Amino acid sequence: MKEEHGDKHTKRYGMVIDLDKCTGCGACMVACYAENNVPFKKDETDKLDSLNWIRIFQLTNGKPYPDTEICYLPMPCQHCDGIGKHGHPPCVSVCPAIATDYDDSTGVVSQIPTRCFGCRYCMAACPYHARKFNWWDPVWPADTKKYLNPNVSTRMRGVVEKCTLCFHRYQQARDKAYLEGREEIYESEYQPACAQACPTNAITFGDLNNPDHAVFKLKNSPRAFRLLERLHTNPKVYYLSSKTWVRRAGDNYLENESRPKSNRQKIHS
Amino acid sequence: MNTNDQQQPVSDTASPGTGDASGKGKNGSGWIILLFFVIGLIGSLAGGWLFFPDLLYSEKQQPIDFNHKLHMGVVYEGCQSCHYFREDGSFSGIPDLYSCSGCHQYPQGTNPEEKKFIEEYVRPNKAVPWLVYSEQPDCVFFSHAAHVKGADMKCQTCHGKMGQTTHARPYQENRLTGYSRDIWGYNIARLGEPKYGLRMKMNDCAECHKKRTGHKGACFQCHQ
Ligand code: HEC
Ligand code: HEC
Ligand code: HEC
Ligand code: HEC
Ligand code: HEC
Repeated sequence: MKEEHGDKHTKRYGMVIDLDKCTGCGACMVACYAENNVPFKKDETDKLDSLNWIRIFQLTNGKPYPDTEICYLPMPCQHCDGIGKHGHPPCVSVCPAIATDYDDSTGVVSQIPTRCFGCRYCMAACPYHARKFNWWDPVWPADTKKYLNPNVSTRMRGVVEKCTLCFHRYQQARDKAYLEGREEIYESEYQPACAQACPTNAITFGDLNNPDHAVFKLKNSPRAFRLLERLHTNPKVYYLSSKTWVRRAGDNYLENESRPKSNRQKIHS
Repeated sequence: MNTNDQQQPVSDTASPGTGDASGKGKNGSGWIILLFFVIGLIGSLAGGWLFFPDLLYSEKQQPIDFNHKLHMGVVYEGCQSCHYFREDGSFSGIPDLYSCSGCHQYPQGTNPEEKKFIEEYVRPNKAVPWLVYSEQPDCVFFSHAAHVKGADMKCQTCHGKMGQTTHARPYQENRLTGYSRDIWGYNIARLGEPKYGLRMKMNDCAECHKKRTGHKGACFQCHQ
């Protein structure tokens, strides 16, 4: 279901996460679990098969005591645009079932679990480990089933799921806009749960193409970088950090590696 | 039922037919067995679709036989009195008990259905478990605002003449999927006109979108 690109109303929703502000508290993760009906296990000590749509990584500069620095890095699905913004993120290109596609009008990479049959090619293709596999049917303890979000369908065993940028909130915002006869929705009307839950406002969300949205300016900050930019996945999640070692870690440079040149053509939007 | 249904099974002959060559090589009886198999297959498929098309569906009655026509004569704001948009753009859908209890605190007439309604639901303040003919699977997002406000469509376009009925028709449930027959079509071959309103399968939505908005839309337009 591909369409033409480049009409001026095309939005590119994305976020900018300020790592200088992130304290690693995990509020974004909790908010995400609650908002998106993400199942959890009774015993979550084994993180290998945990499900989460946003995860916090701890980075360290690896230096001994007085110079040790820690940085927390929340990682949702990066909603890659792919090379040249042709709507071919790694996961979408490999899916044999068209269970995931790239929405040209919003830039959101979808995941339709009812369509997915669990081959997990997308998980192998995703360089960010943003996709998770349901090894079991979700179990909702006691009456927590009643607290599930009716606007997000629950998943079953054997399918892949991932962050949708809380797309159901976009759908609801559109509904309201239709009722009020508006074409566009306001920035404040569509905000994902993680951004709203962040106590330090480290997560900013909006339309990266819209100069009126806060993310537009932030993404051009000199502190901005994206994860594994050298792979040309062209993600829509930007990070801000004032520390050089964090920015370097974002592209996973090896100790003895200088910044690659030929490999690093700037893909900017 | 629709005789066009026959077209489907006929194409089934193609696949067993290709396997014939090997059977023929060994002995002739392979042919006969296959022939009878194909005849039997076509026969039972056609028989099922032509003579027992309803076998796949179980029928349920609505808990209360609601009379749309009668109520359109007693409310002030037409359909909107009961089916309205909330301020946040969501659609109220089937009205809650509160919309009825204003008038039905005490019987308005002598209809036994009304008596049942008051005794079983209004007095105990219990929500009526209406069956929704057009209910989509859980993973589908549908927006009434987009169609009714955005595209100025009439309820009738999709729901048929539901607003003018005097009795609630039976609800038919697909025994395999548990979905309502209204969204999954009246005809397996998808030929001919549906009985009530529009078909509401994914391709039907996409077909109209292609025609009216120029594109079929990305998955997330209609899924959640
Ligand atoms: C007095 C309140 C009331 C009014 C007025 C009313 N309805 Fe309804 N409507 C209901 C109730 C109750 C149901 C559920 C029972 C049923 O399905 O018959 C319902 C069901 C429906 C459904 C079925 C939805 C589904 O898929 O199951 C449609 C369509 C509908 N109404 C359309 C209309 C239209 C169009 C009008 C205006 C011409 C209208 N209604 C006026 C109360 C009302
Ligand atoms: C504006 C007032 C009003 C509202 C609101 C209203 N009704 Fe009625 N209802 C009536 C009247 C008047 C009758 C006719 C009684 C009669 O003459 O038998 C009636 C009749 C009925 C009957 C008997 C059916 C028949 O064919 O006579 C049922 C069942 C019923 N209503 C259910 C409902 C339900 C369910 C709702 C809420 C969705 C509702 N009503 C909302 C006024 C109302
Ligand atoms: C584009 C087709 C379309 C139009 C136009 C439309 N509907 Fe619907 N309606 C649907 C679909 C599809 C559903 C099922 C939604 C779902 O299950 O998520 C539905 C559901 C409903 C329901 C049941 C909702 C519930 O779950 O309680 C009612 C009542 C209803 N519609 C009434 C109306 C009325 C009244 C109008 C006119 C103002 C209208 N519809 C216009 C397609 C349409
Ligand atoms: C008869 C034509 C028709 C049918 C059938 C139809 N639609 Fe639509 N739909 C439209 C039109 C026209 C629009 C665009 C409204 C606008 O933007 O003004 C639309 C818009 C939408 C939107 C909002 C898109 C947005 O940009 O926010 C959703 C969601 C949607 N349709 C879902 C569905 C689903 C699900 C079905 C099937 C159950 C369906 N539609 C069936 C004509 C139709
Ligand atoms: C125009 C709206 C629309 C779009 C766009 C759309 N769907 Fe659907 N989809 C529906 C509706 C309505 C249903 C339920 C009726 C049916 O099963 O046909 C559905 C059902 C499904 C189902 C079966 C779900 C179940 O529980 O039975 C799957 C799987 C699915 N869609 C996958 C997709 C994928 C993958 C895409 C993107 C390539 C997509 N859909 C795009 C409207 C849409």
